[in-house]
Amino acid sequence: MSLESTSFQLMNAAAVVYAGAMFAFAYDFAKTSRFVQVADDDTAEAPVAVGASGAAAPVATRRSRSRGSDRTEALPEPRSKAAGIAVSLTFLAFGLHLVALTMHAVGVGRVPWANMYEFSLSAALAGVAIYLALLRPYRLRWLGLFVVAPALLTVGLALVVLYPRTSDTIAPNVDSYWLVIHVSAAAISGGIFTFGAAVTLLYLLRERAETRAAAGELAGRTSILMTRVPPAATLDRLAFRVHAFVFPLWTFAVVSGAIWAENAWGRYWGWDPKETWAFITWVVYAGYLHARVTAGWKGRRAAVIALVGFATFLFNYFGVNLLLSGLHSYSGV
Amino acid sequence: VGAVGWLRWGWRQLTSMRTALILLFLLALAAVPGSLFPQRGVDQAAVREYLADNPELGRVLDRLSMFDVFAAPWFAAIYVLLFISLAGCVLPRAWTHAKAMRARPPAAPRRLDRLAHSRSGVVDESPADVVEAARAHLRGRRFRVAVDEDDASIGAERGYLRETGNLVFHLALLVLLFAVAAGSVFGFRGNVLVREGYGFSNTLTQYDSITPGRFFSSSDLAPFSFTLRDFTATFRTDGNSVGAATSFSSTLEVTDEPGAEPRVVEIGPNKPLVVDGTKVFLVGHGYAPKFTIVDGEGETVFSEAVPFLPQDGAFTSTGVVKVPDALPEQIGLNGIFLPTASLDLERGPISTFPAPRNPAVFLSAWTGDLGLNSGRPQSVYRLVTDDMELIGRESLQPGDSWELPGGVGTVTFDGFVEYATFSVADDPGKWFALGAVVAMIGGVLLSLMIRRRRVWVRATRQDDGRTLVVVGGLGRTEAAPVDDDVAALLDALGVPEEEPVPVASPVMPS
Repeated sequence: MSLESTSFQLMNAAAVVYAGAMFAFAYDFAKTSRFVQVADDDTAEAPVAVGASGAAAPVATRRSRSRGSDRTEALPEPRSKAAGIAVSLTFLAFGLHLVALTMHAVGVGRVPWANMYEFSLSAALAGVAIYLALLRPYRLRWLGLFVVAPALLTVGLALVVLYPRTSDTIAPNVDSYWLVIHVSAAAISGGIFTFGAAVTLLYLLRERAETRAAAGELAGRTSILMTRVPPAATLDRLAFRVHAFVFPLWTFAVVSGAIWAENAWGRYWGWDPKETWAFITWVVYAGYLHARVTAGWKGRRAAVIALVGFATFLFNYFGVNLLLSGLHSYSGV
Repeated sequence: VGAVGWLRWGWRQLTSMRTALILLFLLALAAVPGSLFPQRGVDQAAVREYLADNPELGRVLDRLSMFDVFAAPWFAAIYVLLFISLAGCVLPRAWTHAKAMRARPPAAPRRLDRLAHSRSGVVDESPADVVEAARAHLRGRRFRVAVDEDDASIGAERGYLRETGNLVFHLALLVLLFAVAAGSVFGFRGNVLVREGYGFSNTLTQYDSITPGRFFSSSDLAPFSFTLRDFTATFRTDGNSVGAATSFSSTLEVTDEPGAEPRVVEIGPNKPLVVDGTKVFLVGHGYAPKFTIVDGEGETVFSEAVPFLPQDGAFTSTGVVKVPDALPEQIGLNGIFLPTASLDLERGPISTFPAPRNPAVFLSAWTGDLGLNSGRPQSVYRLVTDDMELIGRESLQPGDSWELPGGVGTVTFDGFVEYATFSVADDPGKWFALGAVVAMIGGVLLSLMIRRRRVWVRATRQDDGRTLVVVGGLGRTEAAPVDDDVAALLDALGVPEEEPVPVASPVMPS
């Protein structure tokens, strides 16, 4: 059996474990949210999981002299067996994913992001890696469902739809060291954009729950679920930091693409559909960063802009590769 | 409100962040049709095809510049307004920042305990010693420090580079726009097809198509020339992508300038030829079957390799031969060249592999008036058969001859050569553009990573002879680690851990 087919089997196994992690996270999410009103955000410093099963971790006080004081705003994590299992399964799936992708890379003798199958797997791996890296310092168990679910979706799409249609050859013009630089930056950006979009989406839901709670409305189903996530203000800050981190990386991905284009096609910018949409994504996220510091645009509006930015990124990947023709259509489906 | 008032109001509106945001989104929105409709700057043929398929809609879209989105007046209007708005916002800010860089950090406010990040404690050292220790500590942590010895207080601030980075980013964006503009008015792009064994010299007339910038003059063309010695492509012969290209390579004999010693250069994907800032890229390839044609009067009137255009991935290629000098009648050939010929029952003659395993041509011969003297421009790849008559069809393999019906002549398929298409480009603005984007990335990193904050210290002698130290901090940007700064400063000053809250009002010196 070739390395690639072993890798494919292993990747399927990883997908199954991701699915297990997703269900465990979902169970934990539903179980540890409680039938209480979301606290009004004015009391953001207070722990929110008011009714959470009694085991609130001590919230570090503002007076703490520990470094990284901004981390103290993380939510006290309710102790949950399901969440523990989910995290273990995520680590296991990540390990399988990493090994499978490495085997694939060795098998094809190049970096594993030269076609859509490989790019999807690499971007999903990057998203999960960022999550696992931040899981402990930022206490991000509550976010697990919203990272693992899109990762599983991406991996599933790669295995079921993209793999059977993927060519076993890459075009000679892709075979350049810029493939390593440009496409890896794009894949990692993709993983982080997904992460940022998940936090932003939760921010919007939580913000609405808080507004309703402040208006004295009865908690709906979403409001109850939103007791599991940190206060809107915290989510907003986290979303901003994720996007502030990924924006320079995305800028670099676009710029390195331009440098490659100059060396491959003789112009650094030619409004090829892929370039056009990379530009649109860049402009929309730049808009988000500005909106976030503009009166009347911060909060919900800025969050919506970030989600629009993510949508343009997704379109650039799936829409441009599969629907539009252009110089980037060699991506081997 | 007079005219000046309105102007001032308009300027304020234009340079407001709200307007900049709206323009930013308009720009993103305006770019969308550029990816959905074929663009003249990218693919002229696709635009012509679209217009032919949708004449009604196409005309409307064309009037709206939908096929030249990125050269459209409305697109230019958006980005010009955006850049004016940007300049109007950034330049005054740069001025303010330049002044702030030279100014001292602000003095300590009277009530430090009212700041969000405020802590205090009592130590035994004298106020002067505390202030000196605080100054040394803050300097060590790369704060700018202003000491007020009379008040025994310090104002300190760090993170100025955040605004510097922010301004560098936006100013570099302006530079980028000018670099792009400079490249498009001083540079050029051209395309040329060269057959194996033939040459090209870098002059305007040798290009098949050329797009010079507005201020580009033909004397700017670097005086090099080259001969295409050999073109080689290799293809997959197994796996699930049989026929996919695995390598392209052209061997050129290049003369950098008239009289220079020729050098042999191999170019390929991602490996252009560079002569004096001009780059030559290998962008395509195809086959040029070679025909020799003897006319009805026994004269050899044609002997040349004719480039045929590939129609599919297996290089089923089409082309035409026009022989205006043939007597008694002009001869035209419509041809299909197949590197690996096979006859498909439904689709007719078709190639099944891109490399020449079984080369053949399928020809249809026409006689009559080629229409070359009608004054109407003609494509060299299309035979105008309005005044011509089809006299026969034949398939030939290399070396075969075909005697045309009616004694109008003989066609010999001598064989074929390969040809390569090259894109030649010079963009003198690109180095400025590269410098600008490097500055942009550096600037955006600084502006997003650096967090600006202020710290103040005041030391006051208490009635018991000890010294009350009050420290206050203010984050000037989101998530500034002011608590860390305050905590580290208290540690450095030897203020005991955890003092009871709340902080008592300090005894102010009378």
